[in-house]
Amino acid sequence: MEPLRPSDFHDSEPERQIEQPRLGLSGWGRFFWRQLTSMRTALVLLLLLALAAIPGSLVPQRSSNPNGVIQFKREDPDLFAVLDSLQLFDTFSSVWFSSIYLLLFISLIGCILPRTNHHLKALRQPPPATPRNLQRLEHFHSETLSGDPAVLRARAAQVLKSSGYRTLEQSDGAAGERGYLRETANLVFHFALVGILVAVGLGTGFKYQGQRVIVEGQSFTNQLTSYDSFNPGRFFSETALAPYSLTLNRFTPTYQFDLTSGRANPLDFAADVTITEAEGSVTESIRVNSPLSVGGTSVYLLGNGFAPWVTVTSPSGDVVFSQPVAFLPQDSNLTSLGIVKIPDGLPQQIGLVGFFYPSAVVLESGAFTSVYPEPEQPLLTFNVFSGDLGLDEGVPRNAYSLDTEGLTQQTGGETGVESLVMNLGESAELPSGLGSVEFTALPRFVSVDIHRDPTQLPVGISSVLIMAGLVVSLFVTRRRAWIRIVPGKTNESAVEFAVLSRGDDPGLEQALKQLVADFSQDAESTLKPS
Amino acid sequence: MTDFAALSLLGVYSAMLVYTGSFLFFTFDLAKRSASAPALVSVGGGMIEPESDRALPRAGRTGYQRIAVTLLVLGFVFHLLATLGRGIAAGRVPWANMFEFGLTASALIVAVFLGSLLWRDLGYLGAFVSGFVLLALGIVTVNFYVDVVPLPPALQSGWLVIHVFVASLATAFFALGAGLSIFQLIRARFEARGMAKAKLLKTLPDSGALESLAYRLNVIGFVLWSFTLIAGAIWAERAWGRYWGWDTKEVWTFIIWVLFAGYIHARATRGWRGSRSAILAIVGFGAVLFNYTVVNIAFTGLHSYSGL
Repeated sequence: MEPLRPSDFHDSEPERQIEQPRLGLSGWGRFFWRQLTSMRTALVLLLLLALAAIPGSLVPQRSSNPNGVIQFKREDPDLFAVLDSLQLFDTFSSVWFSSIYLLLFISLIGCILPRTNHHLKALRQPPPATPRNLQRLEHFHSETLSGDPAVLRARAAQVLKSSGYRTLEQSDGAAGERGYLRETANLVFHFALVGILVAVGLGTGFKYQGQRVIVEGQSFTNQLTSYDSFNPGRFFSETALAPYSLTLNRFTPTYQFDLTSGRANPLDFAADVTITEAEGSVTESIRVNSPLSVGGTSVYLLGNGFAPWVTVTSPSGDVVFSQPVAFLPQDSNLTSLGIVKIPDGLPQQIGLVGFFYPSAVVLESGAFTSVYPEPEQPLLTFNVFSGDLGLDEGVPRNAYSLDTEGLTQQTGGETGVESLVMNLGESAELPSGLGSVEFTALPRFVSVDIHRDPTQLPVGISSVLIMAGLVVSLFVTRRRAWIRIVPGKTNESAVEFAVLSRGDDPGLEQALKQLVADFSQDAESTLKPS
Repeated sequence: MTDFAALSLLGVYSAMLVYTGSFLFFTFDLAKRSASAPALVSVGGGMIEPESDRALPRAGRTGYQRIAVTLLVLGFVFHLLATLGRGIAAGRVPWANMFEFGLTASALIVAVFLGSLLWRDLGYLGAFVSGFVLLALGIVTVNFYVDVVPLPPALQSGWLVIHVFVASLATAFFALGAGLSIFQLIRARFEARGMAKAKLLKTLPDSGALESLAYRLNVIGFVLWSFTLIAGAIWAERAWGRYWGWDTKEVWTFIIWVLFAGYIHARATRGWRGSRSAILAIVGFGAVLFNYTVVNIAFTGLHSYSGL
């Protein structure tokens, strides 16, 4: 039985056009279904899918590059509006992209379900009987062998069987078919593709992903309020968060200074953490390319930097602020930008915009820069702003930026007052007698991503099946072979061999030769090629 | 260590010099074919006879072609030494930035081509292969060269060895497949119009045989590319915390995969087998080149390891 293929499969019989006077509703339905599950439609949908993915690489995507989208909007708001209305910033969840792949998968399922049914039947059926005129086949060979026809017939079946053919013994010889695995593997491949779609479609709702900055010595507890940012799937519930806490003991970067380029090349980033679960505590190391698995989640090391410990003291000597502040790296030598906001305890609300230089040098212009990412010459500078920080309005404010509008700049810039500059351990007076600031200590911080993705396992299994199905279906060939014994007058019989294959089978002629050789082996033979 | 980097560059230049010679002799060979079509061409008598290319080996090889192949082997030895030298200089696999990827992938193109020569007489592809590799080596050394630097933490993974190597091997198969598809298209056009004036093309297998050869190379490329994609996804999960995120490089890897899936389906679709599917294979290889050059240099994404 041939594998079932759509009607426009290159090797299938052309359909006869039947004059149909009128198509009823079911007729039209069948017509569209046939169109949708045809090879041509699948092909066009595949090409459309490739085409539709291109914008996803040309335009920044909200999913992979949200900052790029914000920047695009800032630079060209008009074009942004147009492209956004076309969903180009969400290409892969857009209506048009989704329609293409959903249609493709409907077409695929519509194709493989009948094929599976057909193949299951074929697997239970014997191979097709020997055609009447074997010599008409392209790959045919005949020889004359002596021996008892009954013995030769038995030998025919035995040779086909030992060559891996499913064999049907017949009164005049044997018929065989092999390579059913090709169709099985092809179907496995396509079902596994559907498996990925289903796994992603169902599993994504249960995913969650959060980010958190942890300073050395601090702990993170896996609960919703602990995350700096959190993206839950649709079906996420807070009870899904596994209870554990994670303490950053120490972060150790390793750099190599390249004398020729003057650049520091990072060699290793290692975060030593202690994980505390109900069962107890363990100490582990998280590295890039080596995430930590804990409580069904994976913890990835995404970024790192310095978190200078800043202590602010009021004019009366009360400590109003004392904690590490994560400064965001701005370049590869970790020149970093940080913000401190002091809403209470001082005569005025103040905001500090700080720069931190791990290895500070002074440029000719008088500005500072960092020449190495390690704290060889740590230096902290602050510009002081005073006024209403807007923290009392109940509007969420970004901790990493200071809206200086409405604030009075007290130091730096055009104020004529020098910015605050401190080495590690030093302190500086705030202007206008507002108090003092101290650069108390220099811990480091890491930013970690914490994920739970239940689609991983089913997608992984599907991928393995895809690979296996692909390799087997492309390299196994489906063949039929027949051996017919035509008894002659004397002790001699004509033995006819023929093989047939659909599609690409460069080894067919060789397979025929091998059958002949296997058959003739140990048998007295007089070679008489046809 | 820098000595090895310098020696490696010397190897690249030597390889380019020898490849130039090889390219010249391959073109001489093509020119000779168009001057005198040998008598053995009419194998198959115009019918699609997939095995007719088998009739060509040895007998079809001109003296020029033998010199060209010898030079190609010699060039490949230099090329291979250059690639190994680069790896020794860096103390790791020589495919961690654009220059090194270009070096390795082009060496693999030559290796796969030389391997295919043992299998079939693909001598007519020699000018395409040697010319392409020469051009590629020129571009990567002039435009993409970077000094040896240690691997950044994100690349320190066993997957660098597997994922990138298989990607470059897939590229090699796609390159040869595209070369065959180009010849197939040209020959198919002449077959449709009459072969009278196409002396050179008469020395090639017919378009059906060319398509069959191209298909087999492209299918191997497709399997390797599927593996690249899956291995990349596993690595992405380790390094970036998700197996798929539509990063620009991932988008293009996907596009290439879909294009070649389309090519395989096109070959099985009535009306698409032949020239149309050949065009798809060429477009697919074009996308591979685009992915390596434009996507690496001009697009922002997580795969920014060009070192430029």
